[in-house]
Amino acid sequence: MAAKTHRVLPGFGLALGYTLVYLSILILLPLGGMILKASELGFGQIIDIALGERSLAAFRVTFGASFLAAAINAFFGLIVAWVLVRYPFPGKRFVDALVDLPFALPTAVAGITLATLYAGNGWLGQYLEPLGIQVAYTPLGIVFALTFITLPFVVRTLQPVIEDIETEVEEAAASLGASRWQTFVKVIFPAIFPALLTGFALAFARAVGEYGSVIFIAGNLPLVSEITPLLIISKLEQYDVLGATALAVVMLGLSFILLLSVNLLQWWTANRHKNNEPLEVAAAEASGVAA
Amino acid sequence: MKSTRATQEPAWVRYGLLSVGLGFLFFFLGLPLVAVFVEALAQGVPIYIEALKEPETASAIGLTVGIALAVLPFNIAFGVAAAWAIAKFEFRGKSLLITLIDLPFAVSPVVAGLIFILLFGSQGTFGNWLSEHDIKIIFAVPGMILATLFITFPFIARELIPLMQAQGKDEEEAAVSLGASGFQMFWRVTLPNIKWGLLYGVILSNARAMGEFGAVSVVSGHIRGETNTLPLHVEILYNEYNAIGAFAAASILALLALVTLVAKTIVEWRMKKETDMLSAVLAPEKVGNT
Repeated sequence: MAAKTHRVLPGFGLALGYTLVYLSILILLPLGGMILKASELGFGQIIDIALGERSLAAFRVTFGASFLAAAINAFFGLIVAWVLVRYPFPGKRFVDALVDLPFALPTAVAGITLATLYAGNGWLGQYLEPLGIQVAYTPLGIVFALTFITLPFVVRTLQPVIEDIETEVEEAAASLGASRWQTFVKVIFPAIFPALLTGFALAFARAVGEYGSVIFIAGNLPLVSEITPLLIISKLEQYDVLGATALAVVMLGLSFILLLSVNLLQWWTANRHKNNEPLEVAAAEASGVAA
Repeated sequence: MKSTRATQEPAWVRYGLLSVGLGFLFFFLGLPLVAVFVEALAQGVPIYIEALKEPETASAIGLTVGIALAVLPFNIAFGVAAAWAIAKFEFRGKSLLITLIDLPFAVSPVVAGLIFILLFGSQGTFGNWLSEHDIKIIFAVPGMILATLFITFPFIARELIPLMQAQGKDEEEAAVSLGASGFQMFWRVTLPNIKWGLLYGVILSNARAMGEFGAVSVVSGHIRGETNTLPLHVEILYNEYNAIGAFAAASILALLALVTLVAKTIVEWRMKKETDMLSAVLAPEKVGNT
């Protein structure tokens, strides 16, 4: 069957060939070239550069702020997704469309706007600074910028999953005497947890590489509020190409591990769904709709 | 009545969650969006218009649009080809290929710029050869196009692959078995089926192409009037403490983002309508089968 369809539809060789050539030239060869360049240094030296005081501090700021931003989004994103799916309110479609703003708004615009909002004389900064909360030009500013940039990930991964929860299951839980809170903890949350984790990981992965929005609000003080992408650029500007490459390769490796875990998570989620499938098929057959 | 109550939260929880969720969106999305326009118009409309008329801002707009137009045909060709191969055929290593297509999403924009400096920069692999032949890629427009191509690489393919997989290959097979050439099949069957998905991918990749900052910044060299895109120009003006100019330029990009969101919502709505129609057409058949 498979062999036969190969012959029926045209263009397989051309399409796959073009895909592979284009992918290789634009993505794989340049990335491979960078790894080759880094190998001039040797493994030990790459590690030495990555573990230098300034690089290590930058990694700590980058990953720490990204983790916090992803966690903030996991918490509020769950609430936002829930509210958008389950509760009616005026202007819902507008709010739903607005969630994608961070994907559409150029990062530099986000950066200067957030820096202006949270500066000492800004709309929000003027109320926060008397309370002793300084956002602009501190690591907290990095967290806020990354929270903005990665806001859609958790919401958008959760929405379809919450839509798919069958209310029958919730009704069953309720009729068996579960309180609403128990239903949430024991029925709803386990169903949406893989998607929540996927959204968190996607947000985290995106935040780690982010540059444009962060540099305006971070203050960019070495050892305190300097992120790794910025350190790569300052090394480049000082003609330390090898140092920049070493850091870039370490970042690439870490991002790749993140991408891999996202894929594993999605595979896990899909498999959970697959395990549910026989039941759904059975239910559909029972109700007289052929699958 | 009771059963609906049992699957609903108490009113105070509902209103609590609504206020927390909407409050979060207000502070993190609504306020920044409003702030861009308020800051841009802080000193009145005439000064805003004046700031936009600056020749450097105008040339930055031109370059931004130019780069976005330049990458579009590449992204469409790759997206359609990759989706055709992946969605309509079975072959070994398919899931690896899908992962590799996603790879640019996992690469920091700064690293995306760096890899092209390593290849085409003055000390890069091809640096000597390029300078002998007087070809400039880095700190010039070709490098910025390359970096943008890298960043926007997955967008269209990612939209088309699931769409074409869901559509299956029956219609194309029917066309071919009725004697259509490959081109006729693509033009009359495939393209009409995927046009909204393709447009959706184009909208997303275009927004990213016009707004990209990190990758383009690394390879641009920041030459005013030459390699300055609108997002890079925003940075320059902002660092010169020209807040009005920076936010005026930013407001153009924010408008572009709003247009993107509206277009995206319309296309989503069209796609949903089409799938609903399709399932409405198919539903009687299903009932007939049982």
